[in-house]
Amino acid sequence: MRFGEFGGRYVPEILIPALEELERAYSELKDDEDFRKELDYYLKNYAGRPTPLYFAKNLSKELGMKVYLKREDLLHGGAHKINNTLAQALLAKFMGKERIIAETGAGQHGVATAMASALLGLKCRIYMGALDYERQKMNVFRMKILGAEVVPVESGSRTLKDAINEALRDWAESFETTHYLIGSVVGPHPFPTIVRDFQSVIGIETKKQILESEGRLPDAIVACVGGGSNAMGIFYPFLKDRVRLIGVEAGGEGIETGRHSASLTAGSKGIFHGMLSYFLQDEDGMIADTHSIAAGLDYPGVGPEHAHLKDSKRVEYTAVTDKEALNAFLKLSKLEGIIPALESAHALAYLERDETLKGSVAIVNLSGRGDKDLGIVMEVLK
Amino acid sequence: MISRSLIVFIPAGYPNKDKTVDFMLSANAGVIELGIPFSDPIADGETIQRAYFSALSAGFKLKDVFWIVRKFREQSDTKLVLMSYYNPIYKVGIEDFIVNAVSAGVDAMLVVDLPFDEADEFVKVCRDFGMKNVFLAAPNTREERLRVIDELSEFVYLVSTYGVTGIRNKVSDLAFKALERAKKICKKPLAVGFGISKREHVLELFRAGADGVVVGSAIVKLIEQFGEKADDRIEEFTRALTSET
Repeated sequence: MRFGEFGGRYVPEILIPALEELERAYSELKDDEDFRKELDYYLKNYAGRPTPLYFAKNLSKELGMKVYLKREDLLHGGAHKINNTLAQALLAKFMGKERIIAETGAGQHGVATAMASALLGLKCRIYMGALDYERQKMNVFRMKILGAEVVPVESGSRTLKDAINEALRDWAESFETTHYLIGSVVGPHPFPTIVRDFQSVIGIETKKQILESEGRLPDAIVACVGGGSNAMGIFYPFLKDRVRLIGVEAGGEGIETGRHSASLTAGSKGIFHGMLSYFLQDEDGMIADTHSIAAGLDYPGVGPEHAHLKDSKRVEYTAVTDKEALNAFLKLSKLEGIIPALESAHALAYLERDETLKGSVAIVNLSGRGDKDLGIVMEVLK
Repeated sequence: MISRSLIVFIPAGYPNKDKTVDFMLSANAGVIELGIPFSDPIADGETIQRAYFSALSAGFKLKDVFWIVRKFREQSDTKLVLMSYYNPIYKVGIEDFIVNAVSAGVDAMLVVDLPFDEADEFVKVCRDFGMKNVFLAAPNTREERLRVIDELSEFVYLVSTYGVTGIRNKVSDLAFKALERAKKICKKPLAVGFGISKREHVLELFRAGADGVVVGSAIVKLIEQFGEKADDRIEEFTRALTSET
């Protein structure tokens, strides 16, 4: 299964049977009535769906456009990640797995995985780059409270990509009993499809809600893109509509400095973590170290469907800097009383960039809340 | 290409490219498997990861691999398999890479994270330029897949256990079962690798019908321990591994 030329299943032979098993289980389960019922139950009563589509009137006035925020920040755990972890954990149970492993960067996916695992009685181990482990102590503690084992990964750049490497190594040994619960629309087939499908609930709700409040589809939808799960989730149900879709990557200290995570904006085609996609890499194909103020965007690759949507020009991709994101973070907090995640602040920052949005109806996917980022922001503002 | 062969894995550029050539020459090997350092070696355990990171941070470049192979070829006819992750090959271009590898004297390519389903173009380019292929098979590889792997490979590299590379105390029962099964299905020679470090492992596997046995992490450990002076150790160790007495 590919998205144009992108995607695929570039993994050592030993993982092929595990991916085939997952693909089979998913195709059996995805339209199964009992599964849907159980998942919907948890999404509603445990995670807090549907999330509101909030008209941000103060920000709208300030920016001269109608801005709606899809409030994924209000979900249990504080981010959209729970949509996917609940669904995949249920899938794992259905497959008879007793153990979950996952990678995490900032810790949001790790926390959401630990929650779903606790809820469904699954053993849970989270791999986290040692650098992230140190800078996100509170989330490490949250995961431990939730009963997960958290393993700091000391190899490589000691960040998210190294955590994924380590999770893949674990899975190559443990797949008989273990499900690898990938947190974004990345990795070998069928992961990008599964995660996109489970996150599409965001876009499906958004469509209904905007039709109710505006009586028409929006002019534009903006979402931040690291691996790209919240963006795929909100874009996917709108792909065939006449709506501008804009993915905003982490420009870090500026694309020209080389210290960023903007793989679609500044990367090149490569094959890594099981997929053909865009990556930040050197001329020998070694994967680059990345930077972003938003740990959740700090990844050198991007989901293969985004790569396809870039090449087919259906979605516009751009990058905003740490500084622009920080300003948007502060602005939304002051104007609307909502502290956004630094990841989501990248999408908000884009609104100020694009003059053509003036007078239009724009939706921003507010993928997470910013409480987790207060320490980082406090440091920067010192 | 192999018959009761010891296949010796050497990571390129660790601790430097000159020493890599010396290590390759000092090994008592039927086949040398030269590993191209990669920034994110997902199929390798800690030992080989450390060697790759060390080589890369010392400034090792992809073109150095071909330099090493040419130097080695000036002094040896021993068969040489180049082991790589796919991205460096994809990034420089499959054809450029294979043309360089063939002209340097590489006999076969083993790409760890390239299963045959994704390898049509790669195999075609290899065939066009006279490069042979080696594909991995695992204990859990289905029979239909094993047949394709057998068809495409010069020899089949059978991964002995679940997990990644690295030294293990004993060869798993899984390895012997997998070998027995693969012998029934495959027509090509079979090499067994992952976790093999002792003479008794090697002899046991030969007795069980393996045509080749791969030692990797144990060699890297020697280089880790003895640095530039590891030549003699590698020579002794590889000779001892295959001695019958």
